[in-house]
Amino acid sequence: MIMDQTIAEKIFSKHVGRKVYAGEFVVANLDLVMAHDTTCAWAIAPFRKIAKKVWDKKKIFIPFDHAFPAPNVQMAKLQSEIRAFADEQGLSITVDGVCHQIMSERLINPGDLILGADSHSPTGGGLGAITVGVGSTDAAIAMATGKCWFKVPHTIRINVNGKLPKGVFSKDIILMIAKKFGPEGGNYRILEYGGDTIRSLSVPARLTITNMSAEMGVKAAIVEADDNTKKYLKENDREYAFDEKILHSDKNARYEKVMEFNVDSLVPLIARPPDIDRVSPVSEVEKQKIKVDQVFIGSCTNCRIEDLDIVYSMWQKHTLNPKTRTIITPASKKVYLQTMAKGYVEFFMKRGAIMLTPGCGPCLGRHGGVLYDNEVCVSTSNRNFTGRMGSAKAFIYLASPATAAASAITGYITDPRKYIK
Amino acid sequence: MNWLFGDNINTDLITPGRYNITTDPHELAKIAFIEHRPEFAKNVKQGDYIIGGNNFGCGSSRETAVTSLAACGIRAIIAKSFARIFYRNCMNQGMLVIVANTDKIEEQDVLELDFKKQEITNKTKKISTTATMPTLMLKLYKAGGIISYLQKNGLNSVKNLFE
Repeated sequence: MIMDQTIAEKIFSKHVGRKVYAGEFVVANLDLVMAHDTTCAWAIAPFRKIAKKVWDKKKIFIPFDHAFPAPNVQMAKLQSEIRAFADEQGLSITVDGVCHQIMSERLINPGDLILGADSHSPTGGGLGAITVGVGSTDAAIAMATGKCWFKVPHTIRINVNGKLPKGVFSKDIILMIAKKFGPEGGNYRILEYGGDTIRSLSVPARLTITNMSAEMGVKAAIVEADDNTKKYLKENDREYAFDEKILHSDKNARYEKVMEFNVDSLVPLIARPPDIDRVSPVSEVEKQKIKVDQVFIGSCTNCRIEDLDIVYSMWQKHTLNPKTRTIITPASKKVYLQTMAKGYVEFFMKRGAIMLTPGCGPCLGRHGGVLYDNEVCVSTSNRNFTGRMGSAKAFIYLASPATAAASAITGYITDPRKYIK
Repeated sequence: MNWLFGDNINTDLITPGRYNITTDPHELAKIAFIEHRPEFAKNVKQGDYIIGGNNFGCGSSRETAVTSLAACGIRAIIAKSFARIFYRNCMNQGMLVIVANTDKIEEQDVLELDFKKQEITNKTKKISTTATMPTLMLKLYKAGGIISYLQKNGLNSVKNLFE
């Protein structure tokens, strides 16, 4: 019997070679496999046990981003081992920024099925693909065979409608959703985002939403591709023809559930440590006058040029609090070059901000902005776990680039709306 | 013994990012819960159990979280639910990863696993609890992980795991 399908079921079907539906176990062909400067290191030994050569060297992507350039001897050792592996296999290594950002700019096409040895792999779903996070052993098997086994996941459809108020961004949308779902609410599921608000968002803004879906445990997150996707591909010098008539969920597709959100009266939100669902309006947290030691504007969640445009406009008429360290890490080399071309780098540095090399850096506490006991950080990243950015006694608050920029001005957690025209 | 943990134990607590920079299992064993429960790595013994609440292993995809616990000699991780990448990483490494109600398990309780009956027996309290131990997970446990399974059965044998 031919039944209507979700977009996820369609993408899995295309990669399995027959119609498949949620709940089935399948072995699927992959379009791309990604492993980075730590997860790739752990994939080498299992790979060597089962294969001599990678399945297709054009379909394996190795970025050095989690700790690059190497901050210590141990990381230098891991990267050296990966370089040797890459040389032997004829693979190139990319050092141009955070893996998910580079993949979105250069590699992910609507309708793709991609495996990434990194938990934030769902990010790429913002382009209308299924991009799944796995560990190093699955990545090793995929590098050897070009395949992975999956249980085709059930889909939860999330419709977001309404007009975003001034000072409220896609980060606030996903924090609103995270509050509702909690850290396990999307476990094993596909979260499929639609509705007028999502349709109106650019791909970079959608990537923030798919990226943070990982924090709810999802297998993947997806936004059906549309004109905004075409525009993004074109802006990144890519041509890809996808059939919008096919690449979407059918009318009678079976969702596990459908949820509705409205953003007409949404306010800037912030996730308090140590969980992503401890979400409050920034205006409420502002009343507590929480002193901020570090502001981190970076990561695969939120440091694209659109984010830095907001920061730039907010800082035009304001200096930054000198007691707060403000770190800006453009998500990729492309974003860094855009930041320079727009004159932002000079402006940010004159304001006292620290510009770091594109990469993951402070987000996971490996280098560049590690926190000490009792320090508070407002971060545009995706994880506020205990010890994530350094000391287990530090406090990480997650918010939009606008909230981070406002907090950098005042030196305490601050609602951004008063700084936005 | 049983090492008891609560809900949402993430992989940053198991193998924190700053220490998580080696491929050596013995080194990884030393950093298990290094900040969250500093006495763990020193006192854990071969055959001990990890007992968790909901969403055990959430967060990063780092497989070292499993490698580390396996190298510590952990026999099985039993929790009310698991985050998907961690669960998959456990299966791939041949770690017993079991879904069950863990509310009544205490540190010194003696546990016995029955794969056929899909039960955990608490011999100390003389109670049995239903446990989810899928065939796929048990096959990989018995094979010593998916890499050993593929070495023995060939790269195309993945489909046999669930057929």
